[in-house]
Amino acid sequence: MPRYFTEDHEWVEIDGDTATVGITDYAQGQLGDIVFVELPEEGAEIEKGKDAAVVESVKAASDVYSPITGTVIEANGALEDDPSLVNSSPEEDGWFFKLTVADEGELDGLMDEEAYGKFVANL
Amino acid sequence: MSDTDTQPEVEKLPLDAWHRRKGARMVPFAGYEMPIQYEGIVAEHHWTRDHAGLFDVSHMGQLLVTGDGAAAALDALMPANVSALKPGRVRYSLLLNEEGGILDDLMVTNATPWIPADEETGEAGRWGEPTYYLVVNGATKWDDIAHLREHLPDEVTLTHLDEQALLALQGPSAATALNRVMRGVPEQLSFMQSMTYEFGELPLRISRCGYTGEDGFEISVAAEQAQMLADRLCAEIEIRPAGLGARDSLRLEAGLPLYGHDLDPTRDPVSGGLSFALTKKRREEGGWIGHQACAAKFADGVAERRVGLVLEGRMPAREGAKVFAGDRQVGLVTSGGFSPTLNHPIAMAYVTGDHADDGTRLEVEVRNKRLPASVSPLPFVPHRYHRGS
Repeated sequence: MPRYFTEDHEWVEIDGDTATVGITDYAQGQLGDIVFVELPEEGAEIEKGKDAAVVESVKAASDVYSPITGTVIEANGALEDDPSLVNSSPEEDGWFFKLTVADEGELDGLMDEEAYGKFVANL
Repeated sequence: MSDTDTQPEVEKLPLDAWHRRKGARMVPFAGYEMPIQYEGIVAEHHWTRDHAGLFDVSHMGQLLVTGDGAAAALDALMPANVSALKPGRVRYSLLLNEEGGILDDLMVTNATPWIPADEETGEAGRWGEPTYYLVVNGATKWDDIAHLREHLPDEVTLTHLDEQALLALQGPSAATALNRVMRGVPEQLSFMQSMTYEFGELPLRISRCGYTGEDGFEISVAAEQAQMLADRLCAEIEIRPAGLGARDSLRLEAGLPLYGHDLDPTRDPVSGGLSFALTKKRREEGGWIGHQACAAKFADGVAERRVGLVLEGRMPAREGAKVFAGDRQVGLVTSGGFSPTLNHPIAMAYVTGDHADDGTRLEVEVRNKRLPASVSPLPFVPHRYHRGS
């Protein structure tokens, strides 16, 4: 399944009409120990580039922006019990939320894995 | 995710290269590039509570005030009874403005040297020139120096020890580990005592104090020798480097205010919960900047008080979060975060006097949500200072 990345270090994986969103391994490393994740409610309409979730590390709160526009189908309940999943498995078990894909065209401006790898290497 | 940190012109600490070699992530703080963390804030936090963390706090201002009138001159500037402070003793004190607003909080040590008897001349041992050693906050040190220069009389000399680094060794194993490196030093010091020590040919000032709530030591060392000392200490199995992130979460658990956040010129010692720093004698006698304003606050009471808040759930409240009792805003969070020791969020806030009693149920607003919280005694995690027998 194709996976895309933003310059703000979110990833989005597309499976038909559904997208799964999380933050990258680079992002969790920068944030440090994550103690709380505030996720959007099911049914919430979110827009590309707008705040969709908040990650709280010991040190600070950081916004997570949605890579695409859509309606939230599911939030990852596992993060409520164990927010450190974002540190231990950011790009698998530590996903944030799933949403509908409103406009596939929005994916065009995002990076693929290789491009994101180069982007991070230059930071 | 967003990253809004800006990068102003910043200076490097004497241990800059050492921090980077140890894998530190450096961030600008108080005008310096400082290590926020090495292996991770939570790991360093727990290591310090369980063993010992070594913190580089060389950004702080180290000052000497010397001369025959030094004690009297400092008595005019701070509410501590400096004249009564014995050599080798440390006190927490404050610099205040005339309105009682807090300009800085600091540690003052009577560092007057003992000059031993001279057998050749037959001269008896005696105390040397009155000397006071001040450690002030990094972000405020230049303003403090200006304030001191303005108010200290000409015959008293102020020296900025800007060639000195400062290392804080903190944790329950600090004394055991330090004793292996500098045999006999820990047993000579109790909490809030200070001494000079010749480490080989390297003169150190070692004080038993800190900012974590744990037993520990602050060691002032020549900047060019700081790396050698840090390596010697970190060679001990109990000691690992710890960064600014852990320092902040540790001091928050210990209920210790952070200047610029929990204390500033709009806050006074009475509402700040720092009345212990104003001795009874000095409260009554006055003669220090801010006395009249503080005396009025003692007599009339204050509108707000600094309190601890324990939050329900896991979502932390940060500085600036509003505190509510029902619909009415009754306060403001001045620092807050997640307590690694307690595994829940904690905060310090100023709340109105009628909502400051322990156990008072309040709510904190975070991103338009109301989080239940209750007023908690400080510290959140008990202090474990070494007060001697």
